[in-house]
Amino acid sequence: MTEPKSAGAKEVWITGIGIVSSLGEGLDAHWDALNAGKINIDDKRFAPYIVHPLAPVTFDAQIPKKGDQRQMEAWQRIGTYAAGLALDSAGVKGNKEILGRMDMIVAAGGGERDIAVDASILSADAKGNSSPGFLNERLMNDLRPTLFLAQLSNLLAGNIAIVHGVCGTSRTFMGEEAASIDAARIALARIEAGQSDIALVGAAHNGERSDLLVLYEFGDFNLTEKFSPVWQREDRGGFALGSAGCFLVLEAREHAEARGAKPYAKLTKVVADLAQRKQPGTVTKSLEALWLKLGVGDSGTLITGATGVEPVTSDEKAFLRQHPRFAVRATGTIFGHTLETQFPLGLALAALSISRGALFPPNDPTGLEVEKAGSPDQIVVVGAGHWQGEGMALVEAIK
Amino acid sequence: MSAPRDKLGRPIVVVTGMGIVTSLGAGKQDNWAKLTAGESGIRTVTRFPIDGLKTTMAGTVDFVTVDPFSSTGLSERLAEMATGEALEQAAIGAKADFPGPLFLAVAPVEVEWPQRLELGRAVGKTEFGYEDMLRVSGGGRFTAYHRRFMFGSIASHLAETFGTKGSPISLSTACASGATAIQLGVEAIRRGEADAALCVGTDGSVNPEAMVRFSLLSALSTQNDPPQAASRPFSKNRDGFVMAEGAGAMVLENYESAIARGAKILGVVAGCGELTDSFHRTRSSPDGKPIIGCMRKTLADAGLEPEQIDHINAHGTATPENDKMEYNTTAVVFGDHLPKIPVSSNKSMVGHTISAAGAVEAVFSLLTLEHQRIPPTINYEIPDPAILFDVVGNKARDAKVTAVMSNSFGFGGQNASLILTREPV
Repeated sequence: MTEPKSAGAKEVWITGIGIVSSLGEGLDAHWDALNAGKINIDDKRFAPYIVHPLAPVTFDAQIPKKGDQRQMEAWQRIGTYAAGLALDSAGVKGNKEILGRMDMIVAAGGGERDIAVDASILSADAKGNSSPGFLNERLMNDLRPTLFLAQLSNLLAGNIAIVHGVCGTSRTFMGEEAASIDAARIALARIEAGQSDIALVGAAHNGERSDLLVLYEFGDFNLTEKFSPVWQREDRGGFALGSAGCFLVLEAREHAEARGAKPYAKLTKVVADLAQRKQPGTVTKSLEALWLKLGVGDSGTLITGATGVEPVTSDEKAFLRQHPRFAVRATGTIFGHTLETQFPLGLALAALSISRGALFPPNDPTGLEVEKAGSPDQIVVVGAGHWQGEGMALVEAIK
Repeated sequence: MSAPRDKLGRPIVVVTGMGIVTSLGAGKQDNWAKLTAGESGIRTVTRFPIDGLKTTMAGTVDFVTVDPFSSTGLSERLAEMATGEALEQAAIGAKADFPGPLFLAVAPVEVEWPQRLELGRAVGKTEFGYEDMLRVSGGGRFTAYHRRFMFGSIASHLAETFGTKGSPISLSTACASGATAIQLGVEAIRRGEADAALCVGTDGSVNPEAMVRFSLLSALSTQNDPPQAASRPFSKNRDGFVMAEGAGAMVLENYESAIARGAKILGVVAGCGELTDSFHRTRSSPDGKPIIGCMRKTLADAGLEPEQIDHINAHGTATPENDKMEYNTTAVVFGDHLPKIPVSSNKSMVGHTISAAGAVEAVFSLLTLEHQRIPPTINYEIPDPAILFDVVGNKARDAKVTAVMSNSFGFGGQNASLILTREPV
């Protein structure tokens, strides 16, 4: 059963891709790194926790004003940078007419803390300094006034508007992995229905944050000690946080053709659900239901953002076993877990693989990922969040 | 008979259920009575110590408690209350089985100070950093805090409680969030994806750090005494907004299916518009073009001329810049017709409910249409001579109201407007 599309739904092309990650920046660097099986981890800085650190980036190239860079924390710089790459790649950078009506949906977390201020307040509290106004006074005196703007979730979109001039509509979705699945889903639906002609969609994540490690450690989600591919983590499930920004330009075919834009691929479907994960196997069922909505054949290619945490990864494996003729690639092994950015990253690699006429090689000693020759004309992108949210997309070659 | 459509040939989106919680009380009846009586919900903060703060008052919702307390937990409870009221009125679907998606406007979520202090005390040292906190974070002792402080946690709870369909969307467009949630619902119904949508805005985030953050940006009023007089939209002596808590919920439906099931129509979301300002992170473009464009897009979306708007529920935060900018831009859009439009700001009484404001004010706008009575802007003692709105000052005004524009503007260049009407236009 394929989800019916409304009559007259417009075809939606992916005409721009911007990626910056632990592997570098830009499409060529990523394609080369993927084909070389490169993985960049740091197991020292936050030991015993493992992270995939951002590759060295000269932010000036996409964020020319130092003043703008100073107003942002790392996650916003990463995202604003990746958004600039996507606009460049779509050939709309600096095109005020298009940017002025370009819609934007950003999937964001936020709340990057001033670690030193927190630690100093907590240490003073531990020493017994807890007069009624203590916390207020320390926050009033120690917080940088503009830090708030670097913490607000919708200020990644705000910075993209300021730096790149994307200012049609601006919406920020929150909610971890599911936020970007829904961002892609809504952007696609709007363009298909003629509510939008062109949209910038994506996310950014700074995985090199001890405050985030604390948050995920509450749920024992962090990978420690020894790195291994996501399919190999069963006994000690966990994710290694990754830093990455990834944005896509989605565009109605007519709009792209009218301006002579060259597409990477088309985005045919994005579907999502929220399974109440109360019994084992719930995610397997949820993914299977989403799969039916895609209406794909019995063999092909699939890129997943599987996290490596349990029990969701085992549930996802059970789903994959029902589709043994699909070649699988897991972005979590390569890029780490980048939360909101994982799904756009999957879409980006799917479009890139289709446009380069090949799938990148597997990176998995367990044998779940296998070699796949030939040019993929259809790639399924899967996302199952570490605690909730499931989604799927179909990226296809343009014929 | 063909399906009823709006002027642009799209399904008409109506409201069939509304719920509200503010510092004035819970529910439409209580809120409307107090709002039209010109009562203020602003009071001196008692939830936490106010020593050392420049601003010591807020529109806190003190009659709702959650245990253990967190702003996220309170936001969740307020959303649940408002949604419960809206669903009861709409009488749609079955219990815990709402037949459509959820769009939730919610403040960004983060670990809060009580929990952070608890974690710090668990370290067992007097000089430490995050690396020490990391060592005591795992192992199950703080598992509940992972769930509590996920951005998607409130939407997930609401989706389960009310049985909304599909993946619930949590969103932030800062102070415009509530309006954006409604806009997303309208778009989904117009696309034919859903016949009903649940749109909720909630904010329970009056806590020390949130107050300090806005204080450091000089955005808050410091006229602490008496607190009820602090929020002074359009007044010459206004000096900032007052943080507040609350939630607004709306059941949106396709007009055709609402009529078919015999639902009572409370009003129509005739138009939505949005236009981003790329000038600055917290300030509007001095020429006001993005706000002007936002209002014009909204009029066009509703298929209405400026002359057809007969009330504006203003963003009206009472910051020096917002109110002036809002007047200047509104004057451009409405021209000679502007003096004929009564303007009011609910924020004079309930404060600025931030992420919830767009939804809260949409509910108030529909109540204004229902009762043909415009709530006042209280504390309007010294009009700003540069703001020539027909402000509904201090006392509610009976008026013929057929179409209300409700405006929301936020940090990050977010501008969103809604047009609400009593009948399809």
